[in-house]
Amino acid sequence: MKEEHFVKLKEIVSNYLPDDVSSEAIQLESNFLEELNINSANLVDIVLDVEDAFDIMLENEDMDGMQTMADAQQIIQAKLEAK
Amino acid sequence: MAVRVVVTGMGVCAPNGIGLVAFGHALQSGMSGINFQPELKELNFSCQIAGKPNVDAYNLNDYFTNVQLKGLNASGVVYGVMAGKDAWQDAGLSANTETPDWDSGIVFGTGILGVDKFREAIYKVDQGNVRRLGSTSVIQTMASGISAYLGGMLGCGNQVTTNSSACTTGTEAILMGYERIKSKKAKRMLVGSCSDSGPYVWGGFDAMRILPRNYNDSPAKASRPMSATACGFVPGSGAGALVLESSESARARGAKIYGELLGGSINSGGQRNGGTMIAPNSEAVVRCIRTAIKESGITPSQIDVINGHLTATTKDPLEIKNWSIALGRSGKDFPYVNSFKGLFGHCLAAAGSIECVGSLLQFKLGQVFGNLNCEDLHPEIKKVVDASRIPQKSLDIAPQIIAKASFGFGDVNACAIFKSYNK
Repeated sequence: MKEEHFVKLKEIVSNYLPDDVSSEAIQLESNFLEELNINSANLVDIVLDVEDAFDIMLENEDMDGMQTMADAQQIIQAKLEAK
Repeated sequence: MAVRVVVTGMGVCAPNGIGLVAFGHALQSGMSGINFQPELKELNFSCQIAGKPNVDAYNLNDYFTNVQLKGLNASGVVYGVMAGKDAWQDAGLSANTETPDWDSGIVFGTGILGVDKFREAIYKVDQGNVRRLGSTSVIQTMASGISAYLGGMLGCGNQVTTNSSACTTGTEAILMGYERIKSKKAKRMLVGSCSDSGPYVWGGFDAMRILPRNYNDSPAKASRPMSATACGFVPGSGAGALVLESSESARARGAKIYGELLGGSINSGGQRNGGTMIAPNSEAVVRCIRTAIKESGITPSQIDVINGHLTATTKDPLEIKNWSIALGRSGKDFPYVNSFKGLFGHCLAAAGSIECVGSLLQFKLGQVFGNLNCEDLHPEIKKVVDASRIPQKSLDIAPQIIAKASFGFGDVNACAIFKSYNK
């Protein structure tokens, strides 16, 4: 289940990678801004895509804690369980 | 002989004061113009507060004809016309009724104009009802609507245009007018900028999550430039306007003079080396300030006051650091710094012009205006500037030279240097 979420999340995040970062670089511990070099403004778009893909809603506070792929995965898991 | 450019008139429509007297008083005494906006709450905004000029108390017939007011639904046009006409009158000029004044022009900027009117139009168009748009849909929503309205009201016959460079717009308009006078293509330029109010302008920033969301029940504390607890800018709106004039023309007609615009600089960081669509390239900021100082024929040590861009985001400490590098000054030797955004938020395209009016009022009132909401200075700022240089209350110190900078999305910068006027 978790693996499935990771694949789905990776697919979303890869759309916002700069041209010189390959999607291979996306690991569970990857930091969005510092390691994947994603523009901070695009985090907002990633959240929206995640909301659509998992049919959940993320609050502002959830986004504040979302720095790595693992953070995002954990938040998604929690939201799905709370559904 | 080189042309000198002076400021002979000003007008302002700001969230914490309309007109020079009310606005000056609000800046002197630290009065906030940021309020809870019920409509933003209804629309589920995270940030439900904003700075919005209270024009309801004014008779718009003093500024517009009845026909012009019919169907007028463009707040930026209202703010811009109020500020622009007030500035013209304050300069002792009257509308040219017969022939246009070929020596007077306008550069009045905006980011987006008449969004509420545009919304009306979109609904009608989508309903297949385009014939019901009326005659003013275009003039209220074209970016240059604001300079077009003012141009007709005042009868200006020189260049009449609108510039747009995000939050740099206002300061850029002032420098564009300056250059036109300096190059002897005009004698007088009405310069300034306006920004619409409302959810359609502010929504995009709320979506970017760069606005404060924990101050909906304490709006006056929300805008915290230079504070350790700064958490985003409060959206604002309004307009500011200046009449720039060659000193020769000003003297010839015995006009009062608020100050001299010594020079300035406009550049871009090219979205390289740390610069992005929404973040500044520090090298460009430093160059912009240094070039403005050089063009003005002063030395960095002569600057008494900096009116920063300082929006109350995490970028404030970086801006202070860039000023320090550009001027080669720090600690107790640093100029006084203020940001008026603590009082009325970030008026976006109107920010630069409203803040230039405020900066110049410091000459007139012989004061350095205080800051609001930075009693807890950011530790990174304290490392660069002594706390005594960031006044919490207005100081009775008459500045001689003030540097004003504005920065905007797109990695664009503008810096203007004003001097108190000595004949």
